[in-house]
Amino acid sequence: MTIEVLRPGQLTTVQDLGRRGCQHEGVPESGSMDAYAARLANLLAGNDEGAALLEITLTGPTLRFTRAATVALGGADFGATLDGTLLAPWRSARVVAGATLELGAAHDGCRGYLAVGGGIDMPPVLGSRSTCLAAAFGGHHGRALRAGDVLALGAAPAEAPRRTLAAAVRPTYRDSIRIIPVPEMDWFDPDGRHALFAEPFTVTPRSDRMGYRLSGPRFAAGARAERPSSAVAMGTVQLPPNGEPIVLMADHQTTGGYPVLGHVASVDLGSVAQLRPGASLRFSPVSLDEAQRLYLERERALASLRRGLLQSP
Amino acid sequence: MGVTSPPVRFDPLGDCALVARLGERADDETFARVHALLSLLRGAHPAVRDVVAGFTTVTVHYEPAEVEETADLPHHTLARRLEALAPDALARPIASPRLVDIPVCYEGELAPDLDEVARHTGLDAREVVARHTGATYDVRMIGFLPGFPYLAGLDPRLATPRRDEPRARVPAGSVGIGGEQTGVYPLSSPGGWRLIGRTPLRLFDPERDPASVLAVGDRVRFRAIDRAAYERVASP
Repeated sequence: MTIEVLRPGQLTTVQDLGRRGCQHEGVPESGSMDAYAARLANLLAGNDEGAALLEITLTGPTLRFTRAATVALGGADFGATLDGTLLAPWRSARVVAGATLELGAAHDGCRGYLAVGGGIDMPPVLGSRSTCLAAAFGGHHGRALRAGDVLALGAAPAEAPRRTLAAAVRPTYRDSIRIIPVPEMDWFDPDGRHALFAEPFTVTPRSDRMGYRLSGPRFAAGARAERPSSAVAMGTVQLPPNGEPIVLMADHQTTGGYPVLGHVASVDLGSVAQLRPGASLRFSPVSLDEAQRLYLERERALASLRRGLLQSP
Repeated sequence: MGVTSPPVRFDPLGDCALVARLGERADDETFARVHALLSLLRGAHPAVRDVVAGFTTVTVHYEPAEVEETADLPHHTLARRLEALAPDALARPIASPRLVDIPVCYEGELAPDLDEVARHTGLDAREVVARHTGATYDVRMIGFLPGFPYLAGLDPRLATPRRDEPRARVPAGSVGIGGEQTGVYPLSSPGGWRLIGRTPLRLFDPERDPASVLAVGDRVRFRAIDRAAYERVASP
């Protein structure tokens, strides 16, 4: 009933939909960076959307299954092979006991999700199985996987239905990231405001699950932009004193005092999560109303997909 | 004591959070409003996932798909709902705060910057400790790290700037002064505050519920203990 880690990959962690309701204790939500891809992978594997799965970063792990299981891959394509045979993402597949699943380097994108029928099984900590790397708890001993680790699997039906995700409902990743501007943008110099949407940015190597640090046009915030620390959210774009914006991601600190340039629309957070160091991106403005309409639209699409899957024979 | 004040407005913070700004400065009056709203908003609506205090703000994280359907978008519907609740919360007397006692050993290698703080403030080390233990502090915010309390009430004479070079690793339990603030590192982490002592208490333990010993609105007193008492609690 286990998975053995033969090679861990660059940064492979156990995640679910995050540790909700603990930010008032200063605890980051964590959870899958590309949560939409993770939810889809779980549905394909016959799980609830919030089952614990593996988030895989840039270079994937090699895993051995000690029992038969249903698996599904989502997010970036790591050219996975199952006992040497190519295993395509966005469809469920049956793995026999003793099989080895090998993930290579991501072809494009940055993060992949491996869902296994029954989910990765471990006691939740503060209501979640997500790994909190900053405080070293949750997931598998609060850390990324290492060679020799053994992960338990939850109970799953012996034979889950085979499912393939139609191309039309697969996530599409954008390199134009939509930002909801904030009124405080008036505080920034006019050239900077123009540059935010006119010029490209590059993801620097100092980008991780806490935040994406971007290089490109630099911004100067006026003195008024300094403010007492206040809660921030995944997708908040902060401007630290060095002028390089940071997009806060799943492991972000719960509060911050830096000036804020805007907030990434939630439907585009998966696109940010799939940007790798060196990738370039642009920002475009979106209204809050439009961002929330897109959000609700996607939730409705996912709900009807879920119903369709449950009805399939 | 109730708080009289202008109406509360909830503004969007991205598409999954709303923020109420309750004052311009992080002073006692603003904090009374923050504290009054906090407890009411938790559980005020099924779409609310979390309510987080800032120095001058209260932020509500919510799930847009769980806001009831109206002709308006969720951010609008939820903001109007919460705004309607706010006046009652601000008019209600604030429950008397919990007083939390934190034992601290202000000695030797547990207090690596105590002499530096003494030099900077022109006080002797004993006087620094006396002033630090003599005050009662308000927990104004939890942030930066899980369970990290930002405390108001530091004796202004003890204010000392942060280190130019932050330490790569501040041990868990370290009590520090950073500018006009004091606080406790609940976990080992990098940090730039001046370390004047260490508590043997675990201020954050994810296996405990609640995980953080301190919550916004609590009052805190530090109590000096000697090295032997520290060791007894630290290694039970």
